[in-house]
Amino acid sequence: MKGISRRRFLAASLAGGAATTLTLSKKAFATGTFEGYPEGMGVLVDLTRCVGCRSCEAACNKEQNLPAPAVPFDDKSVFDQTGHGGQKRRPDENAYTVVNRYEPKGAGGPVYRKVQCNHCNEPACLTSCFVSAYSKTKEGAVVYNSKVCVGCRNCMIACPFQVPGYSYSSAFDPVIKKCIFCYDTRLKNGKPPACVESCPQGVMTFGHRKELIKIGHERIKARPDRYIDHVYGETEVGGTGWMYLSSVPFDQVGFDTTMGKEPIISNVKDFLGTVPMVLAIWPALFTGFHLLATGKKEHHDEDQSHAAEEEAEK
Amino acid sequence: MKRYLTKHEARKVDSLYRDDKGKEKWSLVDKLLLGLSPRDYLAQAVRNPFNWILAMIFAVGLPLIAGRFIFGLSFVTHSSNDYPWGLFLAFGLFTMVPLSASGFMLGTTVEIFGRHDFEPIERLALLNGLLGYFFAVVYLLVDLGQPWRLPYPMVVSFGTAAVLFLVAWHVATYLSVQVAEVSVSFFEWMNWPKAKRFIRKMAIGLTVSGIILSTLHQGALGALFTYAPGKVHPLWYSASFQWIHFFCSSIPAGLCMVIAVSTVVKKTMAWRCDRNFLDNLDKLTIGLAKGASLALVTYLAIKVIGIAHDNEWAYLVTGWGLWFMVEIFLGVILPIGLFAYAIRHNKPGLVRFTAFLTIFGIVLNRINTALIAFNWKLYQEIPHWREVIICITLFAVYIVTYRFILYRLPILYSWKAEPALAEELAEEKVHYPGGAPAVEMYRTMDN
Repeated sequence: MKGISRRRFLAASLAGGAATTLTLSKKAFATGTFEGYPEGMGVLVDLTRCVGCRSCEAACNKEQNLPAPAVPFDDKSVFDQTGHGGQKRRPDENAYTVVNRYEPKGAGGPVYRKVQCNHCNEPACLTSCFVSAYSKTKEGAVVYNSKVCVGCRNCMIACPFQVPGYSYSSAFDPVIKKCIFCYDTRLKNGKPPACVESCPQGVMTFGHRKELIKIGHERIKARPDRYIDHVYGETEVGGTGWMYLSSVPFDQVGFDTTMGKEPIISNVKDFLGTVPMVLAIWPALFTGFHLLATGKKEHHDEDQSHAAEEEAEK
Repeated sequence: MKRYLTKHEARKVDSLYRDDKGKEKWSLVDKLLLGLSPRDYLAQAVRNPFNWILAMIFAVGLPLIAGRFIFGLSFVTHSSNDYPWGLFLAFGLFTMVPLSASGFMLGTTVEIFGRHDFEPIERLALLNGLLGYFFAVVYLLVDLGQPWRLPYPMVVSFGTAAVLFLVAWHVATYLSVQVAEVSVSFFEWMNWPKAKRFIRKMAIGLTVSGIILSTLHQGALGALFTYAPGKVHPLWYSASFQWIHFFCSSIPAGLCMVIAVSTVVKKTMAWRCDRNFLDNLDKLTIGLAKGASLALVTYLAIKVIGIAHDNEWAYLVTGWGLWFMVEIFLGVILPIGLFAYAIRHNKPGLVRFTAFLTIFGIVLNRINTALIAFNWKLYQEIPHWREVIICITLFAVYIVTYRFILYRLPILYSWKAEPALAEELAEEKVHYPGGAPAVEMYRTMDN
């Protein structure tokens, strides 16, 4: 959090009219895009290697002390399950990661895709949170402090990957639930997350994000027949910590390929920029209107006297 | 009813004193019971069929609200992770707030531009603003996972870069501003002239801060959706103009809401309105419609600019485009035409109908943005029936509160200062030569 200067400038610009001019001048120097912490970690997920065994789901469940699933982790019938609105499974309060099966045309078999928080460089959840519950650690994890969560669920609206879930079933302590990159128990100590370690197929490669991008492109270069020429997450919404390689077009295996390179917060900047302007200009503008509209008349404290005056003028 | 009306020699509570000579004051209980005895008050309440409808809504809805707080949100909603914001916010927050823009609109008209001819309706507009915001917060409290943490963004942890942070602060501040603005009526009613003078001195300051806060948070509600560029259908989304679309459309929303509420008031509680209100209402309704038309034309223009700016014309020929054009035609283009005709031919009745149509258009726009065109690539959420009933129940509470205040505080009538009292009494005898004013009053109240 400390290193993201632009966010802090935006923050300051909202803080009020008093500091308006000062913050504006600073903001002008800080319009670049934050590209992640240099030592930020990530994971490269190679969909071509995944066989849908769900070991990662089981490992996550154990590591994060989540409730036992309704269907055991070795039962593949979950791939036919559909959730609310006929959608494929998605992460929720009971599962921070899920694997879905897709059957794209011409792929010669099913393709499995693991879903979890992608740990964006410039996370939409973080920028949308009005109690600043989220933070991006220098190790690259997007974590959150559920002790301040009010439950507005704006982060769920903002997340372009539909990741955060909410513990709706809890009446007295509902909070946001999502993958935290095993930050507390593993990442902080330099260890890979539980799901990566549990994978028997070596689907996931844990490492520095910058290295992973190189590895991804090397794999594509070595086997151009096997891979689509794109590392998903390298540039999407400002770049993500978790990235994907695929043998089939990404939009056929549940990825949104229309979200562009700009982080979500870029869409909000137009409005955030107007805030200090309105705060600074409106008082003079409308007081001026008032003086222009009523300048020659006397001021009165009582409404009735105005009305009487109007009558008298007629 | 007739029995106790003739027995009861009640006067309307519209001044400090209950007798003509200005000696005997109304007690607070008298004021609360509208000058009736507890028994008579209860009798008229039970006789009103609308109260029975309300009672039925509460009988179903209040237990559901209790259930929401005992069993959690999953008891009343679909607990959707794809649609984290359901009807509570789509209707309660995103719709109630623009419909409550009336306070700052009429405040600006009267206090800033000095159009004192709009004074008879100013207080109604201010109250409409206050109650709308207050109930938007009530809807929010029902929707928040941990409503008891609502003050957190103010005192515990500051997410200063978030649009919602701005909404929270501005709605909270603006609510206080509106309480101050409406308190003038309360101070008159309580006979606290010093407090009233104190607030009146701040009128300009309060009004200007009202404009600033309204501009920003009406816009901010729109800007909240700029966090979801891929989720809201492009026709309802504009990264550059979303906030100004929301702000601009709140202007006709607020003005039409005043027309709509004043229409209901005129039909259902004419006894409470004074001549100043009733005699000026048609003229003021036309005046408000002029303002609403200008704003609607502007809104239509910037909506088209929004489509042109992002080059979204192709979407217009899809099913979504058809639905978009239905919204724009019914809620914007048709009202512009009807308003123009009604203003030109001085038809307040048609203006009132058009005001309701405009409100429908705004409600549709907000629900489209927050719910129907949201997640347009996934699926359409149909709210849980309990969620719908709770929304209706909270709206009924809003109506009851609204009515309670209008019956009592000098919103629709002027609180009479002492010298004016005798004068008004003489005048009233002219208006009702046959009988006591009180009888007339309760006859109208019943109907």
